[in-house]
Amino acid sequence: MANPKKILNDPKKVVAEMLEGLVFANDGRLRKLDKHAAIVRTDLPESKVALLIGGGSGHEPIFHGFVGKNMGDGAACGQVFAAPSPDIIVEAAKAVHRGKGVLFLYGNYAGDNMNFDMASEILTEDEGIEVRTVRVTDDVAAAPPERMHDRRGVAGDLYAIKIAGGAATECDTLDEVERIARKAVANLRSIGIAVAAGSIPETGKLTFELADDEIEIGMGAHGEAGVSRQKIAPADTVADQIMEKLLSDLPFKRGDEVALLINNLGATTMMEMLIVNRRIRQILDREGIKVHRTDVGTWLTVQEMAGFSVTLLRLDDELKHYLDLPAESLGYSRM
Amino acid sequence: MSDTLDATQARDMLVAVSNYMIDRTDTLTDADLAIGDGDHGIGMRRGFEAALEALNGEAPETVDAPFKATGMAIMSNTGGAAGAVFGTLFRAGSKGIPGDVIDGAGFAAFLEEGLAAVLKRGGVTEGQKTMVDALAPAARAARAASADGLQATTAAAVDGALQGVEASKAMVATTGKARSLGERSVGHPDPGAISISLILTAMRDYAQTN
Repeated sequence: MANPKKILNDPKKVVAEMLEGLVFANDGRLRKLDKHAAIVRTDLPESKVALLIGGGSGHEPIFHGFVGKNMGDGAACGQVFAAPSPDIIVEAAKAVHRGKGVLFLYGNYAGDNMNFDMASEILTEDEGIEVRTVRVTDDVAAAPPERMHDRRGVAGDLYAIKIAGGAATECDTLDEVERIARKAVANLRSIGIAVAAGSIPETGKLTFELADDEIEIGMGAHGEAGVSRQKIAPADTVADQIMEKLLSDLPFKRGDEVALLINNLGATTMMEMLIVNRRIRQILDREGIKVHRTDVGTWLTVQEMAGFSVTLLRLDDELKHYLDLPAESLGYSRM
Repeated sequence: MSDTLDATQARDMLVAVSNYMIDRTDTLTDADLAIGDGDHGIGMRRGFEAALEALNGEAPETVDAPFKATGMAIMSNTGGAAGAVFGTLFRAGSKGIPGDVIDGAGFAAFLEEGLAAVLKRGGVTEGQKTMVDALAPAARAARAASADGLQATTAAAVDGALQGVEASKAMVATTGKARSLGERSVGHPDPGAISISLILTAMRDYAQTN
């Protein structure tokens, strides 16, 4: 298969050039650190608990597109599909710190865990900055519920960031922001389906192989194998399969109230996602689960990968409050 | 000629290792595409290109300095899990070689110190289909041969690592991005283990010709 076409300059400079463009696209509300691949808000108040997000690039708009009011205060950006190094994270954390400690919030991957942990040790020991860590583990396809710590963070990252970002604006202590972020993660569940692979800009190669007439239920954001590979099927059939896996996991029960997020992994059309959304709402109605709000859009991508993911967040009054605060960022804005 | 390396030779050895790894970017990309997301080759290239730059300064005074510089360069520029573990290998491994020369025992100590730190950082054990599956047998083989001099020690380390690469084919990945591939990862060697075998091969070749 031919390598996908991309409009790039030097493939080795994609992250640096992308971040320069991102700063311009935010019209003064963000800046890039001089020597590091990190994005920081320019309008941070004097005193607040700081929320630092981050991860590998190539999944735009996450993470650097989610820096802004009631979202992340800064983002540490790795190379494409690779966690940021400890020095990027350390400098980003120092730049967002406003005297009340820093919460690290990111997806649960070995590389991110190790690099953020090293940064946390450096900040604690050398800089005297208090750091807490919350890892997003929403991908139900990655591991059974008893091995929650083996689950990856996928599109549910957005809701975790939105809620933690709101909490970091309103709450006075790192303890409180950490508690709320953990509660959000505990109530988040996602599952994805892959239709076609994306490619790495620097190599031009596809991240996995999938036959023209196949889809994979539960595939991860980097082509990690999911729960089943099967022939392509109608939207309603696929939605039924996904929702069965998703609803039984928490499990979501009659009377629960949820936020529903349908995420485009890159190249899927809004038409397909809306058709899937139609079926998902039929299922949720049948199960007696109330939808508080819906987000259908593009938040965590894998370059031009085709496919989508569905996320449910079980809400209580506290989570609803922080989720509903207005958000302002390039990748996610909602009044 | 003594069977040891001084600080300048240690630096030159790591320059040779860096060039050797940069030349094998495509090999590592292909190995990673079979089991991961295909970014291991370019990650290693980023790290070792930065290492070349870091090593290209004044002559080092102690043998651990170029190892530490290599580790820092990899950790800061590779990123991902690979940056953390390969950076840790060189940085922590340098603590095993504090003196003016590296001999067989020193080389074994480099691998042992590096291995201990990688195990701690990664929270992994042998058998999980990671670079540890080449590094651990390499460290054991190096220690067993360490009384026979540096050349014999590096050669033994390469043999140990290659056996580990071979053994990793049968392993099921239970950590890292290949983890979710589960049984599908069987039959392919671990790309990180391959990198360990390549790094040690370049070290052996340098030790044998210098």
